[in-house]
Amino acid sequence: MSASEMPKFSEERLAEIDALVKRYPSAKSALMPVLYMAQQDFGYLSMDTQQMVADVLQLRLMEVREVVTFYTMFKEQPHGKYLLEVCTNASCMLNGADELYAHMKEYLGIGPGEITEDGLFSIAEVECAGACAGAPVVQVNNIYHEKATAESMEALITKVRAGEAI
Amino acid sequence: MISSDPKKVQRICFDNIEVENMHKLEVAKKHGAYAFLPTVLNEFDTDRIIDEVKTSGLRGRGGAGFPTGLKWSFVPRNTGKPTYLLCNADEGEPGTFKDRDIMRFNPHLLIEGMIMAGFALGVKDAYIYVRGEFLHEYNVMCEAINEAYAANLLGENILGTGFSMNLLMHRGAGAYVCGEETALIESLEGKSGRPRFKPPFPAVEGFYACPTVVNNVETISTIPAILEHGGAWHAAIGKPNNTGCKIFSVSGHVNKPGNYEVPMGTSLRTLVEDFCGGLQHGTVPKVIIPGGSSTPWLLGEHYDVPLTYDDIMKAGSFLGSGAIIILDETADVVAVTRRLAHFYAHESCGQCTPCREGTGWVERILNRVDAGEGTQADIKVLKDASAHMAGRTICALAEGAAASVLSMLKHFPEEVEAKLAEKSS
Repeated sequence: MSASEMPKFSEERLAEIDALVKRYPSAKSALMPVLYMAQQDFGYLSMDTQQMVADVLQLRLMEVREVVTFYTMFKEQPHGKYLLEVCTNASCMLNGADELYAHMKEYLGIGPGEITEDGLFSIAEVECAGACAGAPVVQVNNIYHEKATAESMEALITKVRAGEAI
Repeated sequence: MISSDPKKVQRICFDNIEVENMHKLEVAKKHGAYAFLPTVLNEFDTDRIIDEVKTSGLRGRGGAGFPTGLKWSFVPRNTGKPTYLLCNADEGEPGTFKDRDIMRFNPHLLIEGMIMAGFALGVKDAYIYVRGEFLHEYNVMCEAINEAYAANLLGENILGTGFSMNLLMHRGAGAYVCGEETALIESLEGKSGRPRFKPPFPAVEGFYACPTVVNNVETISTIPAILEHGGAWHAAIGKPNNTGCKIFSVSGHVNKPGNYEVPMGTSLRTLVEDFCGGLQHGTVPKVIIPGGSSTPWLLGEHYDVPLTYDDIMKAGSFLGSGAIIILDETADVVAVTRRLAHFYAHESCGQCTPCREGTGWVERILNRVDAGEGTQADIKVLKDASAHMAGRTICALAEGAAASVLSMLKHFPEEVEAKLAEKSS
């Protein structure tokens, strides 16, 4: 990748980051929110993006790497436009989450870490989403879909593929 | 998922939870939000607030049940360093989902509690650390905080009282261990969330080595009512040493899972039968996980246990965060334990060997056992590993991981044996 293709935050983002850093006793505290911004702007956290975040906050790359690799919500690989995250922890499991997850993988024809051919979907099994009254819970780009069923998820996938809002 | 009370019971945090648009400042104010705040800021001082909270008997609602007033009284004064107030909204214990409802439906209650607690502790900068998955709740909170700033309820010289405090939302990113208060502090410092050795306790050396109080969302949200009505009022609700109300997150095999706030001391049977619509199958639970997945299991014989810290402890477990997972007669206890073992192995931060290695061993063995490929030797290792994890690590994650395994082995040895038998059949 040439220098011109290196990821770069917009001026607005940099101003936002400057303001945010002032809200903490030290700039390092802003690392996680800035990683979220980078993930939102660039889709995922490539090594170049992580280096850029390190530069912006004047941290060493390793300090950024430690955080990115520790937390599951920071993604180092690209995923589909819609990330479907199925909770299969105890309360969801007791209400059919394993079967739902298996069904969704089969319906989409992908496993975890893969992307559907149309680039729209990825799927993952996640830990307790903290919405156990709505078990089983599926997060779609962190929006919660509670009491999810094979039918409701197929309907959602169909809507997305038809270009409709969900 | 909001669940209204079918019966009129005393509630505190959920008092106005069903009010439409309660997340908006204008609506919240109509229902009493911030009404008593000027009195607190003008007429109360640190000692009086801490005394009221001590009198109230309020115990931390995040899981440990430590007396809140006592925790606050440990904060050294006049150290020359800033004191920080951190609200723990990480809510990651499987089965727990109560703080989510406070944040998304009544954010101003939490904000008002933060202002009052911050005032008591002389805080200039306060943070709410919310789990990353709660994006909606994060957005609702941010909007409510913006409204509060615009109304001079936060920021400089709040309501002209001379007290100034900032409040910022901070998102975690999917690490269960960050619910442990020192891991939360590490995470808020922009690091991986690995729990710290204690002492020093956060009250003395916490966020950036400054005095720090970490309180759960429900704990903080109880403060406005305690200060308005008095500590004695709160102490009269519930049971001695287990005062006030508690939100119970009930899930699993019940017909109406949800959050229910009831006075402490309400029986588990009443909660499940009268509020949660009873069990999906049968009349008595097979297993009751009373305080989140890290707490030892209770059985059907404990169905009438009063929901207090002390009674649950007497029965052999912990009230924890009040997250009750009910398993009815259809549950496969080995499969559930296997799933929880996977969770703890995934969430171990890896710094203590007994936890890092132990959770991995336990998960691998349970995978084998649940698949019908386990042996008697596996069970021996399982017992050994679980028994040696607890009490040998910096934080309580390993202990929580061992709880369900030890409970399964103790209460359902025949079901474990039956899975082993599958191999030879």
